[in-house]
Amino acid sequence: MKRMPLYLALGALLCVLPLVCNAYWLDVCVMIGLYALLALSLNVILGQAGIFHMGHAAFFAVGAYVTAILNTLCQWPIFCTMPLAGAAAALFALLVARPIIHLRGDYLLIVTIGIVEIVRIALINDIFGLTGGSNGIFGISRPRLFGFRIVKSAHFYYLVWGMVGASLLLFYGLWRSRFGRALNCIKEDDIAAEGCGVNVTRYKLLAFVLGAFWAGMAGTVYAAKMTTIAPESFNFMESVIIFAVVILSGGSQLGVLVSAFLFIGLPEVLREFSNARMLIFGLAMMIMMIWRPQGLLPPGPRHYAGPSDGLPPAAPRAGNQATEAGRSA
Amino acid sequence: MNLLALQEITKVFGGLIAVNDLSFAVEAGSIVGLIGPNGAGKTTVFNCITGNYTPERGRIFFDGEPITGLKPHRVVELGIARTFQSIRLFGRLSVLENTLAGRHCRMKAGLFACMLHTPGQRREEKAAVARCMEELRFVGLADRCNEAAGGLSYGNQRLLEIARALASDPRLLILDEPAGGMNDQETADLVEIIRAIRQRGITVLLIEHDMRLVMQICEKLVVLEHGALIAEGAPEAMRRHPAVIEAYLGAEDEKW
Repeated sequence: MKRMPLYLALGALLCVLPLVCNAYWLDVCVMIGLYALLALSLNVILGQAGIFHMGHAAFFAVGAYVTAILNTLCQWPIFCTMPLAGAAAALFALLVARPIIHLRGDYLLIVTIGIVEIVRIALINDIFGLTGGSNGIFGISRPRLFGFRIVKSAHFYYLVWGMVGASLLLFYGLWRSRFGRALNCIKEDDIAAEGCGVNVTRYKLLAFVLGAFWAGMAGTVYAAKMTTIAPESFNFMESVIIFAVVILSGGSQLGVLVSAFLFIGLPEVLREFSNARMLIFGLAMMIMMIWRPQGLLPPGPRHYAGPSDGLPPAAPRAGNQATEAGRSA
Repeated sequence: MNLLALQEITKVFGGLIAVNDLSFAVEAGSIVGLIGPNGAGKTTVFNCITGNYTPERGRIFFDGEPITGLKPHRVVELGIARTFQSIRLFGRLSVLENTLAGRHCRMKAGLFACMLHTPGQRREEKAAVARCMEELRFVGLADRCNEAAGGLSYGNQRLLEIARALASDPRLLILDEPAGGMNDQETADLVEIIRAIRQRGITVLLIEHDMRLVMQICEKLVVLEHGALIAEGAPEAMRRHPAVIEAYLGAEDEKW
């Protein structure tokens, strides 16, 4: 809640940005929004539950291809394909995550990298004769929202950032609930979490399914924005970037937004340095990680109404009050 | 009536028989101590009861229902809560949130209710916070509810583990060395707390090396050596039991 003014300032800035930006920078901002959406969904898996998942681009790809196929072959309107794209990505996540969910840390990481590669190669090989091989799918139509045709960058800008805003609210709700706490407990110590009654496997899978659903919906928007998609848009590097955005953020949602701006925006800003641009970017990242290893903005404490009212704020106290409590009980 | 019954439990790790054909029962409403020299297999027995291990042979009954091989979270749902020998708190979460983790299995809000904070979810959350604050008051940590659990002293961390276990509405509480790392004053407080827990109608099964504590509060002792039962009965009888004395010979520091 302390970060509310920051959110409001950021929101206001984002609202007026299309009025001052040229088309190029607006497109960059659309991409930043898309990555923010992907990173927010990965944050549930990686930031909240601590599951090292580096294959988010696979779910993104499933969503984008479901939209592209349904739109070009069956002429479904884009927004009608969105729930299905999300559901397909979620189902795919459930199927691939179920057998690997008990793996820990780096072991899981390697398997999830494998998933991205499998998806990319399957798409190149024109799986089921639907994905168009390495050329991909083109001629995806523009989305229509209540009769309004979304074509221009500015339209997509508001669509993407609107979705980011809605995701922020929903994931904030999730964070401040038993669900978010269960994920945090799993991150801290999964044996203890299981030992105090959290169904660890179920919650890890739910985190995957939810994150994948969001990535799938982001895929829909991406397909509609690009009108043409190809397997190379969903390679391992994309996964690494989304992963890095979450790691750099420190795990809070505001952190994810700031980190998405840095990761996607900074290389564009540095374009005038031409060849040296990735060098400068890499250096900035290294300094960042040395200076703030915990990430930009780790999540603040949750506030609970009731117990803290009328109590002194977290001050260490000497002595032990257990005797009284034991006797009075 | 027996709340918990172990029947011929055997647990093997590679070539080591950690628990060998062990049978004992815990009567409802009692405080039972599981004792024995280091490496006797006490914690392994606990891990078999709570579902962390599945025994190779034998069966475990809780309130007449077989619970052998159930997953730990199912065992907690049925009403067995535990603490850990090596403290396992969620160090970066607050004291209150640690207790709320214990309450988790008694809450029902699903994914969508959690995302949207439906009125039912809010009500449930509020009730859970109130209940957990009660448990924190019970162990004497209520005024530290907003601190990070990792910052508490060793003794207080053990108390917080007890509060977390109590928040899950257990009928049987399993404590693995609750007094480990506590000073004399803290141990005396702990005795009061364990007695108060029993007064709430919760059965207690504990492992403890502090023999003064064990003799003070346990109504029955189960003595293990090399994974096998060597004696069980009232604490006074155990103190004079030849097999128990022999098992503890050389363990002079454990005063009776």
